[in-house]
Amino acid sequence: MSTYAKKKGFGATVWDYLTTVDHKKIAILYLIAGGLFFIVGGLEAMFIRIQLAVPDNDFVSAGLFNELITMHGTTMIFLAAMPLIFAFMNAVVPLQIGARDVAFPFLNAVGFWLFFFGGVFLNLSWFMGGAPDSGWTNYASLAMKSAGHGVDFYILGLQISGLGTLIAGINFLTTIINMRAPGMTYMRMPLFTWSTFVASALILFAFPPLTVGLVLAMFDRMFGSNFFDVAAGGNTIIWEHMFWIFGHPEVYILILPAFGVFSEVFATFSRKRLFGYSSMVFATVLIGFLGFMVWAHHMFTVGLGPIANAIFAVATMAIAVPTGIKIFNWLFTMWGGSVRFTTPMLWAVAFIPSFVAGGVTGIMLAAAPADYQYHDTYFVVAHFHYVIVGGVIFGLLAATHFYWPKMFGTLLNETLGKITFWLFLTGFHLTFFIQHFLGLMGMPRRVFTFLPGQGFETGNLISSIGALFMAVGILIMLYNIIVTSVRNVRVGNDPWEDGRTLEWAIPSPPPFYNFKQLPLVRGLDPYWVEKMEGKDEMTPAEPIGDIHMPNSTILPFVISLGLFVSAFGALYNVDNKDWTLPVMIIGLLITFGAMFIRSVKDDHGFHIHKEDLVNDDDKEVKA
Amino acid sequence: MANNQSNSANPNVDLKYRRKKNAEEMKHQVVTFTMMIFFTLIAFLAVAYDGFSHWFIRPFILLLAVVQVAFQLYYFMHMKHKGHNTIALFLFSGLAVGLATVLVFMTIVWL
Repeated sequence: MSTYAKKKGFGATVWDYLTTVDHKKIAILYLIAGGLFFIVGGLEAMFIRIQLAVPDNDFVSAGLFNELITMHGTTMIFLAAMPLIFAFMNAVVPLQIGARDVAFPFLNAVGFWLFFFGGVFLNLSWFMGGAPDSGWTNYASLAMKSAGHGVDFYILGLQISGLGTLIAGINFLTTIINMRAPGMTYMRMPLFTWSTFVASALILFAFPPLTVGLVLAMFDRMFGSNFFDVAAGGNTIIWEHMFWIFGHPEVYILILPAFGVFSEVFATFSRKRLFGYSSMVFATVLIGFLGFMVWAHHMFTVGLGPIANAIFAVATMAIAVPTGIKIFNWLFTMWGGSVRFTTPMLWAVAFIPSFVAGGVTGIMLAAAPADYQYHDTYFVVAHFHYVIVGGVIFGLLAATHFYWPKMFGTLLNETLGKITFWLFLTGFHLTFFIQHFLGLMGMPRRVFTFLPGQGFETGNLISSIGALFMAVGILIMLYNIIVTSVRNVRVGNDPWEDGRTLEWAIPSPPPFYNFKQLPLVRGLDPYWVEKMEGKDEMTPAEPIGDIHMPNSTILPFVISLGLFVSAFGALYNVDNKDWTLPVMIIGLLITFGAMFIRSVKDDHGFHIHKEDLVNDDDKEVKA
Repeated sequence: MANNQSNSANPNVDLKYRRKKNAEEMKHQVVTFTMMIFFTLIAFLAVAYDGFSHWFIRPFILLLAVVQVAFQLYYFMHMKHKGHNTIALFLFSGLAVGLATVLVFMTIVWL
């Protein structure tokens, strides 16, 4: 039954990935799709920086610039950062808790394909009459007046991909609650699993407000309702509240898994147990809770009044406490450890000052009276790029280098990795540090150009040069990935040699059933515990037995495709075209038909038999 | 973390013990059911009676409602059994977050 050893043609491989329900393959799908969207969002960023490099530039028009900034933000948050995080969650979390797959493998595939089709739909707007142009926050006062179909693409695309995210979040919650290996108590879970758990809980509670907001916007734009139409008794502020009740937890959904990655990296490359493990868990959960109580700090200048502003300001500043706990714990993890500066560790070490800088400006922005000065200036742009690039993207790049061997069985070139790191780090600080001062000097956000002689020239030029450094860094990383894949030098179970958690106890990449026998977890950092007793593998918790596995199926792809088709009907509905209603209905029929097939057709999966598992032993040694 | 029900389906578990457990469970359900009907009657009476101001009636019937929801969850939906800790955590944290948001909108945020 060792199907994974067979050579396959290109078509068979594509079919394999279209139909897969294996969390490791879905992780690769997320990585590829998220990586592609990351490049698209990066290109948009480059165009923005080219336009702003010199005053009075006409590289792009004002309208196109609005589309670029909107799509840059939306793509980077929803279509690059989120799926890349899901890539590593899928690749690592089931292995870290000693599970053979996620709780709902079928739903895992549905989640991916929904995200993918939503993202493709959103980006098709470039070729179908113009992209959304109301900013990534899509404030109703702008969005409802926006001409063309750009905003409709935003609403429907995010609705579809948001559904996928919600499904993925619920899946991870169930997986972590129910599928931990024997002995893996909550307080023995690795920090990446903990942060995935908390981030998934945030997804569960934060995405429904976005869904509701998008539904209201959809009815306003496409079916003639008046939720946000002030003249008809609506209120545009409702959108802002709903967007930020979702939007603020969203940034913690992004950053918490990155914190988790750094916790793993610091512990591994300091050869020490993570300092203050239980306080790290506490801080993660607390950040999760507080994340829901601070949304109005994005809306200080709306005019909520001094009481609301003061309360939200204090609540926001409170988040600095658990974050500070984390920062000190990471520092103390390194303290006295035997630190190895590998590429992931470089990202982790650089993350601390970068993220702290973003946090400090966060506290500045949280002071409501001062925020009236900073609001809608480049100071805000600098702040959130410091936390999102300096936190999330650094985390994702660290994870890419750290988990690459576990996902693909090859180790990325360290020299090229370090070149990527230094170029990207330099470029990042060049680009965004100067933007603090541009903002303080009064340069507003979201302007497509600026005039000469106002003192903005040098700052903007430096910023654009920095963006070029980052782009070159990413290109070198892509080259690194290609070179590494072509050379294809296979690595063993524990390529970093200091792996602490369960995923490093099994082959890289793991067999499709992950664990032949579920491991017995005897403490925090279970693999390290075994190593310290002179063993090189986990103690099994069960005898070798038949393993039950789910069958591959194309249905997740079809379910998502149906919504994708239906969205085109909804999008053009306002144009009074005859074909829109049938397209909507056909799309929904495809979706619900596929769901119906899934419901009535029994699919019990298959078993890998004990004899085949025993025979597999010799093959694994060769691989 | 499976939901370990106290009345297991395993026939090897002592039948007498399970009988006793079930009878006790039944008693609890009947008692809570009676109390819930009683609470509902009190709520109706409180509203119907002219002597109370609405400053008393509103918090009072809300309190009765909260107790009824608790009865419903813990006795009829078996949340008092073992193995429901995670469910309770998510239920109550979701409730706390949701209600705090509603409270914010009702008190300090101008909409």
